[in-house]
Amino acid sequence: MRTNRHLMWISLLPGVALLALAGPCSAQVTAYQEQQQMGMTSHIGNLTGSATKGAAAYRRFCVGCHGPIGDGEGENAQWIDPKPRNFTLGVFKCRSTPTGTLPLDSDLFNTVGRGIVNSNMPRWLPLTDQDRADLVAYVKYFSPRFATEKPGAPIAIPPEPKLTAERVKAGQEVFNKVQCWKCHGVEGRANGPSADTLTDDLGRPIRPFNFHDSTRFKCGETDQDLYRIFMTGLDGTPMPSFSDNIKPDEAWDLVFYLRSLQPMHSPERALAEQLGLKPVNPNAPAPQNNK
Amino acid sequence: MQVNHRTKFVVLPIFLLLGVATLLLTRNVSAAGDGSIAGTVKLNGTAPHMKGIDMSKDPYCAKAHANDPAKMENVVVGSGGGLQNVVLYISEGLSGSAASATPSEVPVFDQKNCMYTPHVLPLDVNQKYKVTTSDQTTHNIHPLPQAGSGNIGWNKSQPPGAPPIENSWKAQEVAIPIKCNIHPWMHGWHVVVKGPYAVTDGSGNYTIKNVPAGSYTVTAWQEEYGPQTQKVTVAAGQPAKADFTFKAK
Repeated sequence: MRTNRHLMWISLLPGVALLALAGPCSAQVTAYQEQQQMGMTSHIGNLTGSATKGAAAYRRFCVGCHGPIGDGEGENAQWIDPKPRNFTLGVFKCRSTPTGTLPLDSDLFNTVGRGIVNSNMPRWLPLTDQDRADLVAYVKYFSPRFATEKPGAPIAIPPEPKLTAERVKAGQEVFNKVQCWKCHGVEGRANGPSADTLTDDLGRPIRPFNFHDSTRFKCGETDQDLYRIFMTGLDGTPMPSFSDNIKPDEAWDLVFYLRSLQPMHSPERALAEQLGLKPVNPNAPAPQNNK
Repeated sequence: MQVNHRTKFVVLPIFLLLGVATLLLTRNVSAAGDGSIAGTVKLNGTAPHMKGIDMSKDPYCAKAHANDPAKMENVVVGSGGGLQNVVLYISEGLSGSAASATPSEVPVFDQKNCMYTPHVLPLDVNQKYKVTTSDQTTHNIHPLPQAGSGNIGWNKSQPPGAPPIENSWKAQEVAIPIKCNIHPWMHGWHVVVKGPYAVTDGSGNYTIKNVPAGSYTVTAWQEEYGPQTQKVTVAAGQPAKADFTFKAK
């Protein structure tokens, strides 16, 4: 009798196994909804941001441009160029992570604090760090990508080497080799042969950065920020990632050369003047890749 | 104690049976003589005019096409009205294992003379592909998958002599546009499907190989004219036929 009962339970086993397998499959569908209900969080250093808390600040400060559903179609958007970011796509320019991956929470946090030059996105300095962390969590909640993917591994930036004239000169060779001038122009004046045909991922016209405009970039102002920009690429824009083709040492050379193009008096610029560096000549025979 | 022993004896055969059953089931699917679907895709009507491409902004590209002016490749018609670059795949009727098997060959998507070769690259989900450059000018490869498709876009530069970029697509998507921002005329497609596929040659001919016996819906996709479907039945080890005709707009 006892044995029989055991047998009965055992015959049920395959069915139970099937049910157990089916469980996670249906759970996957609702993972995003669950996240939405529970509230997305962000982690920056010791700070923990919560989407539920960020909602109020978003409705007060961000909704005008980024819109109530985060699609970048707020009521001011029609007057703005470049257009406000569409958060629902989960694609961000300023990342420390490789192209095609999600940014770190700290990347979004820094963007809120830094603002984006040459755009209507101001520096949100009046907001406390906690407010910014909450806003980051709320921004993440707009894209299903944050519920299903992890951010990429940040690109490592080695310590900045000592600036030398050789490095500035080598930087110009990198500038020529990977052909930054195709868009940015031989003097970095955003007037390269491809500059006027550029569009962003949504097909809207976009112009390359003019190095003579500002000492600040869209994604920061330090040498490390500049290094990061061309190694990660600015997703959603024509700016590609160069991390496969520029070695870390060459990347620093390029940083020094780009600095020499900028409007302020800088040690890099002084060195370039001393060297008598002329703008690269795109009509010279194509550079041979012997390295 | 005795009961426990008994349980073991009962459980073991059950698992063995289950194992054998799954083996047999999967065998049934793949062991049947694989057939194929072949045919011709034609364009009915006058082929639209393909605009010439002005590459003068990049002297390297212009020089490469000095004797052979470049044209758009949205509709490429060969002799006898055969339509090139049409992707054919099985959109319905594939059993699990035939749909999920990933081919091991790694197709190459080359940038040559400032054009994509091939212009349309069909791929299986998770199949590896390589992006290479044969050009002495910098390109950037910028795939733009649809948001929410399960595929994620990226954007990488490829200067002259750069190593190939190896990648794959996670989800089915017909089709992912590929562009180069530096050369705005460069436009190609990755067509990501599940299961066996084929692409038409210069005469519009195609053969989808390794199709198990069964009844299927075959879809033909052309970038300008969109998809067309047809029901096809494949007998074990036998070739089946499916011709398609697209109407010129």
